[in-house]
Amino acid sequence: MTEATVSKTEEWEPKILAFCCNWCSYAGADLAGVSRRQMPPHFLVIRTMCSARVDPEFILDAYAKGADGVLVLGCHPADCHYIGGNYRTRRRMALLEIVLQQYGLNPDRLKVEWVSASEGEKFQTTIVDFTERITELGPSPLKEVQ
Amino acid sequence: MEKSALVIGGGIAGIQASLDLADRGIKVFLVESEPTIGGKMARLDKTFPTNDCSACILSPKMADVGGHQNITVLSYSEVLGLEGQPGNFKAKILKKARYVDEDKCTGCGDCVAKCPTKKITDQFEFGLATRKAIFIPHAQAVPRIAVIDPDYCRYLTEGKCGVCMKVCQRGAINYEDKDKILDLDVGAVICATGFDVWDAKIASEYGYGRYPNVVNSMEYERIMCASGPLEGHIARPSDGQTPKRIAFIQCVGSRSEKKGWKPYCSSVCCMYAIKQAIIGMEHLDGVSTDIFFMDIRSYGKEFEDYKIRAAEEYDIGLHQNARVASIDENPITNNLYLRYSDGSNEPAVKEFDLVVLSVALNPSTMGQKLAGTLGFDLNKYGFCDTSTFAPLETSRPGVFVTGAFAAPKDIPTSVAEASGSAVKAGALIATQSGWERAKPKEFPSEIDVEGQEPRIGFWVCSCGINIGSTVDVDSVQEYAAGMDNVVLSRKTMYACAQDTLEEIKETIKAENLNRVVVASCTPRTHEPLFRNACKEAGLNPYLFELANIRDQCSWIHMHEPEKATKKAKDLVRMALAKSRLLEPLDKGVLPVAGSAVVLGGGIAGMTSALDIASQGYDVHIVEKTGELGGNAKRFHYMEDGKDVKSYLNDLIDKVRTSDKITVHLNSEAENIEGFVGAFKVKIPDAEIDVGSVIVAVGGYEYKPTEYKYGADDRVMTILDFEEKMAANQFNGKNVAFISCVGSRNDDAVYCSRVCCSSALRSAIQIKEADPEANVFVLHKDIRTYGFREEYYRRASELGVNFIRYPEDKEPVLNEDFTLMVNDTILGDDVVLSPDALILNAGIRPNPDNEQIAPMLKIPLSKDGFFFEAHMKLRPVDFATEGVFLAGLAHWPKFMDESIAQASGAASRALTIISSPTYETEGVIAAVNDDLCDGCGICEGCCPYHAITIDDIGGGHLRANVNEGLCKGCGSCVGACPSGAMEQKGFKGAQLYAMIKAALEE
Repeated sequence: MTEATVSKTEEWEPKILAFCCNWCSYAGADLAGVSRRQMPPHFLVIRTMCSARVDPEFILDAYAKGADGVLVLGCHPADCHYIGGNYRTRRRMALLEIVLQQYGLNPDRLKVEWVSASEGEKFQTTIVDFTERITELGPSPLKEVQ
Repeated sequence: MEKSALVIGGGIAGIQASLDLADRGIKVFLVESEPTIGGKMARLDKTFPTNDCSACILSPKMADVGGHQNITVLSYSEVLGLEGQPGNFKAKILKKARYVDEDKCTGCGDCVAKCPTKKITDQFEFGLATRKAIFIPHAQAVPRIAVIDPDYCRYLTEGKCGVCMKVCQRGAINYEDKDKILDLDVGAVICATGFDVWDAKIASEYGYGRYPNVVNSMEYERIMCASGPLEGHIARPSDGQTPKRIAFIQCVGSRSEKKGWKPYCSSVCCMYAIKQAIIGMEHLDGVSTDIFFMDIRSYGKEFEDYKIRAAEEYDIGLHQNARVASIDENPITNNLYLRYSDGSNEPAVKEFDLVVLSVALNPSTMGQKLAGTLGFDLNKYGFCDTSTFAPLETSRPGVFVTGAFAAPKDIPTSVAEASGSAVKAGALIATQSGWERAKPKEFPSEIDVEGQEPRIGFWVCSCGINIGSTVDVDSVQEYAAGMDNVVLSRKTMYACAQDTLEEIKETIKAENLNRVVVASCTPRTHEPLFRNACKEAGLNPYLFELANIRDQCSWIHMHEPEKATKKAKDLVRMALAKSRLLEPLDKGVLPVAGSAVVLGGGIAGMTSALDIASQGYDVHIVEKTGELGGNAKRFHYMEDGKDVKSYLNDLIDKVRTSDKITVHLNSEAENIEGFVGAFKVKIPDAEIDVGSVIVAVGGYEYKPTEYKYGADDRVMTILDFEEKMAANQFNGKNVAFISCVGSRNDDAVYCSRVCCSSALRSAIQIKEADPEANVFVLHKDIRTYGFREEYYRRASELGVNFIRYPEDKEPVLNEDFTLMVNDTILGDDVVLSPDALILNAGIRPNPDNEQIAPMLKIPLSKDGFFFEAHMKLRPVDFATEGVFLAGLAHWPKFMDESIAQASGAASRALTIISSPTYETEGVIAAVNDDLCDGCGICEGCCPYHAITIDDIGGGHLRANVNEGLCKGCGSCVGACPSGAMEQKGFKGAQLYAMIKAALEE
């Protein structure tokens, strides 16, 4: 099923939510800041203790409320502060991608990535690349539904 | 007079020792000569064998130290003297002038940005980067406070400039600062000064310092590190090009009698080189990597697997028995030519783009100076002198040692031993009459906010100019003022400064605030500070929320002030939305039994028990057999001039005569129930209630099925040999040792760590007793790491013959007792006719582990040993709180290592049982009984086994969260299909409110 296209208006800017786990990816985001790495401002971070706290329904809710893209960032495999939460995240998000497709939403609007506390640069490139991707995809078709 | 502990050295060992003492209620002064704690580990990129990010695992510990109420960090300080006796020392400390007021500086960095000096060598980056005269050592520094280098500061050297003083809006700069002397009353001292990096210029044949593309391993660590000077882009120093061919040369500075080189093995280089090679392969596409080494010493937990992965998965070229004679440089390309002899002694040359020297660990200069100041002995290598039976004690009573200052060692060993040194130091303080556990800070009683409408107080911070120069702080203040429930909205120059914290406290009371929201920096560093201010004003600390508008807004959108301001408002709106739904949370308080049980009565178990008893707590030893002593009962050799037998007998005597220790022989745990603070251990004749459990059930010597063992009297294991030798019944004239029998094969992939050294000790014994005897050692590698390298040297001197055989060609014992072995150097078979064959049998895990693991809900590694909570930084802990690990149950190891680790396990147990109560995490899972169906999905999600599905009668099931076990990850909450499981502090409604706020304009 392909995604319905929505025309971009001139003033449209992507809206991205980024869920970051407290121990690795949120720390990586902080390090990007400490290192003054510049990136597009269209994302907002929601901190959870572990990426496994991110209920797939949060993501569906975010799309329903107008998010054009959602990032879920966690610790690298085997680095999880809570032993193996990130493995659960990986499995849940893989399932969620299938659900998104069934809803007619392009699964590229969701990205799961591992960012460690020392990877300020990876946080930056993740944000830059994902913002680019969402800009190309255009506004979420669910915006029309609203 | 209250006695504190003095910990010298703020690397990972000093950090762990301080935290253990502080958690046990003892006040600690942590003295560090550099401006920040963190030591060498803070400079590492990744750690072996898990490739964990070093910063990710170390930073939380550093922050714990910085915020611990029982720890005073004296950074940029040195110890000048120590007078007095154990339990009652006076220490003299030099606190060097920092020229920055530690109480005023907020670490905002405005001064660093404006300082006009530049190009000063940055020691933190090992000279690979430059810094200013005023600087903050690195992003995760603790304390995160600036320091002025008086040698380069223009004001201090020339009396001109003064820019930092002008820009610092806190008035923290003080050019008149002077060195200070502090006198401290301390009961015990721990030296944890670590190691120095060997100067590779001594190895002039490798051109370090002359050839730009030859770097040492610590420099390479910074080159690889994402937060290093090259931001993790591996490049050649000569031209910034990405290297395509990288070589690692092992034993640079180690294992040699050459002038300026060290005779010992530095213990960690083989593994860090493999790690660096693997990480390099992950960073760089198509790079080829070669490691040149004599023996690869992968003797630690999971190390052998790591080495095998490096060779097979990453295709790293492992050149065994290859010595690099010299390096030449092509002066035009700066490429390097390695001249070496390969495994078969043929000369060879190979070209590389970058060469990394795996340099030796030198004894710490700071530690050597300290030995003079404090008056304790160094060993012949310049490390702190210790003995096998007292591995944590210096020669001066009351002064202990831990970490790499005692011998080159890896991080987990240092961490386990740091805990061990803490239990020794603690015993001198906690047993003094009148000593009391440091009391938790007292706070006013909490304001009841139940049922009240939210009354939010909001502060937005400019952070000097860090936020204010990008984000329009006035506009954010005005925006928040118009939001629902916001009673007052203010701006501040530094939200974290004492004056604002006081203002927040007073305003909570004056305006009856029941929520506080601050928009400033990151909650990871600053949330505890603001929460504490709330607590001091009587507001539950969980009614505070922080919006990160600096690290994650103003700093990353510096060129888009309008968009950054809009985003700051978005972040504030989200924080306010969450704060309206915040609830006061209580940390659960569980009662703790002040006693422990130790499973296993060998040397490790007895040492743990004695250390716990030494601080006045009851211990039960549960031993399966009819007597104490374990494997050591079969040891018949001398260590440091003392017979192991007599040490063992002394130890058993101490256990037997201790009025705190109860020994249960012929007993095994039949069932263990409960959780931290309240375990019930069922043994045949009793049920023991304890607060903590230590698993020290040991391992055993592999019983070979190879080489006619058991069928021919001439074949024996090392322990058999020792027994024969002690009974004067050994008379072999032609003796052959075969290494790795029962290790490094398909049955047991791992290296058993101790066999090489034990074999060489035995070989020396044979040669010393009978110089005419012919002794052959048949081996794959010789892994006499650390100071045990001396066995290798001594055995060679005595004429022991070493024959290396290929990994896939085991020696063959023929029917006529001739032994055929393939010699890798000759490339041919050699036939020996031994009259005694000694098998270096490995160490196998205790088969009982399979029964014990499920009782305690703790995991086993794939090799069957117990698997700790974290291989690097929690080496004796389990994910299950209150359960600890020591000795061979953890991994094969030597006696001194077992003793030190067992003390470490005792220390960890004391952090639990020395307190009458255990405080649970505040942010934990909770079940809504009305919604829960007891489906059990949550139970399977929980990595801590904190959830049980209980029958509540009438055929109904309910999930139940054990507060003592829950760590608050929220994995179960994310999985609950009925919305019954909630995470306090991160409730569904709170997060949905944030999502909604984020997406509304």
